[in-house]
Amino acid sequence: MGFLDTILGRTKPVAPNLDALFALPSAAVTLQAAMDLQPTGSGSACFRAAEGRAFSDIEKDVKELLEMGSGTLPVEVSSDSYGFTWLVCHHTRDDVEGLVTDLHAVNSSLEQGGFGPQLLCTLVGFRSPAGGRLGLVYLYKRGTFYPFAPLAGERRDSALEMQVRGALGDDLKVEPDLGRWFPVWGAPGL
Amino acid sequence: MARTRYATDRGLIARMGVTMFLLGIVFVAFVLALFFVLTYNRRAGSGSSTGLIVIAALIGVGTAFASYYWSDKIALRASGARLVSPGDSAAAARLHGTVDRLCALADMPKPRVAIAPTQMPNAFATGRSSKVAVLCATQGLMDRLDPDELEGVLAHEMSHVAHKDVAVMTVASFLGIVAALLVRFAFYSELFGGGGRGRNNNNNQGALPVILVVMVVGMVVYAISFLLIRLLSRYRELSADRSGALLTGKPSALASALQKVTGDMARIPTRDLRAAEPLNAFYFAPAFSKGRGQVTLSSLFSTHPSLERRLAELAKVSQQLSR
Repeated sequence: MGFLDTILGRTKPVAPNLDALFALPSAAVTLQAAMDLQPTGSGSACFRAAEGRAFSDIEKDVKELLEMGSGTLPVEVSSDSYGFTWLVCHHTRDDVEGLVTDLHAVNSSLEQGGFGPQLLCTLVGFRSPAGGRLGLVYLYKRGTFYPFAPLAGERRDSALEMQVRGALGDDLKVEPDLGRWFPVWGAPGL
Repeated sequence: MARTRYATDRGLIARMGVTMFLLGIVFVAFVLALFFVLTYNRRAGSGSSTGLIVIAALIGVGTAFASYYWSDKIALRASGARLVSPGDSAAAARLHGTVDRLCALADMPKPRVAIAPTQMPNAFATGRSSKVAVLCATQGLMDRLDPDELEGVLAHEMSHVAHKDVAVMTVASFLGIVAALLVRFAFYSELFGGGGRGRNNNNNQGALPVILVVMVVGMVVYAISFLLIRLLSRYRELSADRSGALLTGKPSALASALQKVTGDMARIPTRDLRAAEPLNAFYFAPAFSKGRGQVTLSSLFSTHPSLERRLAELAKVSQQLSR
């Protein structure tokens, strides 16, 4: 925020960075090769629904658009206890590209409707051979990714997360500030 | 980039700009007046009021700097709040989760999170920069508000952090602090320095009016800057309401939180209220009830806009979002 914005108390809502999402498929291949992490084929987009007709119309359109595209598998809409809406898409395990395309459709619809700042994050699910869950979370406002590996009882598998960060290396822009790796407990699509 | 629904409120920004400009003019006039008084004084052959003004300015700078630099510690100490981590309790985890999401939405560094163990429903944010900011909610606030409303209140407080309101209000208050100190010093030097002047009456005739003039200038500047600072504070509140409502996309949740908090506040025992008063400028809603709707003296002096005004502005944001 600039000096003048501070003086005058203006905040410009932060526009999301959408394009970095397309780096995900190649990162999924890397994770598979380096750590034997398999994509689950599920992913979700999370946003803060605004009040009013304008937003609910866009939300409905997005859902219809996705269900037309993906054919058989339904798109789930759920809201978490913090009041955020999650759109969950399911694809086959090897179709990370299709999943990312679907998730991108959510983003661009919201952005075109003028609600880009309402986007929070996108999450793509992975499974380790031992059965552990891992989500690669994309932060729209930062344009960065971070790994989130929940364990039972709201604990995080930090060792696995660090390992993933190392494995991803240059494939993805990983969020450098660990303070922003915020947990998304019970996120749909994980 | 598609059209945006997040237009800034030009009227509010213009009014805020004018207020700051007027504060600047008062500051310049203050300095000029003191300068003239001093040159007059020097001709009259006394240096006592120069020292007075320098000391007042130094103490003013010191006070302003201390309240700016240690704003987080002072507010935490005064409110009895303690910093919490997500693992401490269910309420702390919930508060952290909400703040996490707001930070990710707004692309802000996460402030420290504190809970004050009072039943008075309120929240405040303070700290000189967003890196050392503290966001504090009272136990009463978390008990009374539902998640959407709590999020609205926290978004309002995070907007204060983003707008660097602690820094802006410190700079704005500096003038008032110096003017008030000058009045007090001039008054005491009148009281205690009177005898000395009587002895040197012949070579020092200009000194008595000079001290009086300094006192009067100080009083006038203090009165004007006080009104302007309060006006500025009310505008900063409105702009934090607006930014917070746009951040969560739910102006009506913030509006209902405001209604709950201000409505509840009137029913709280007075002992609690008195203990809370020094902190009012940082709070989400001030802890005393006031007359509604009319422009009264108390509405000119208050740090927060009236409930009606805030609700009306939030209704405008709501319309803007649903167009």
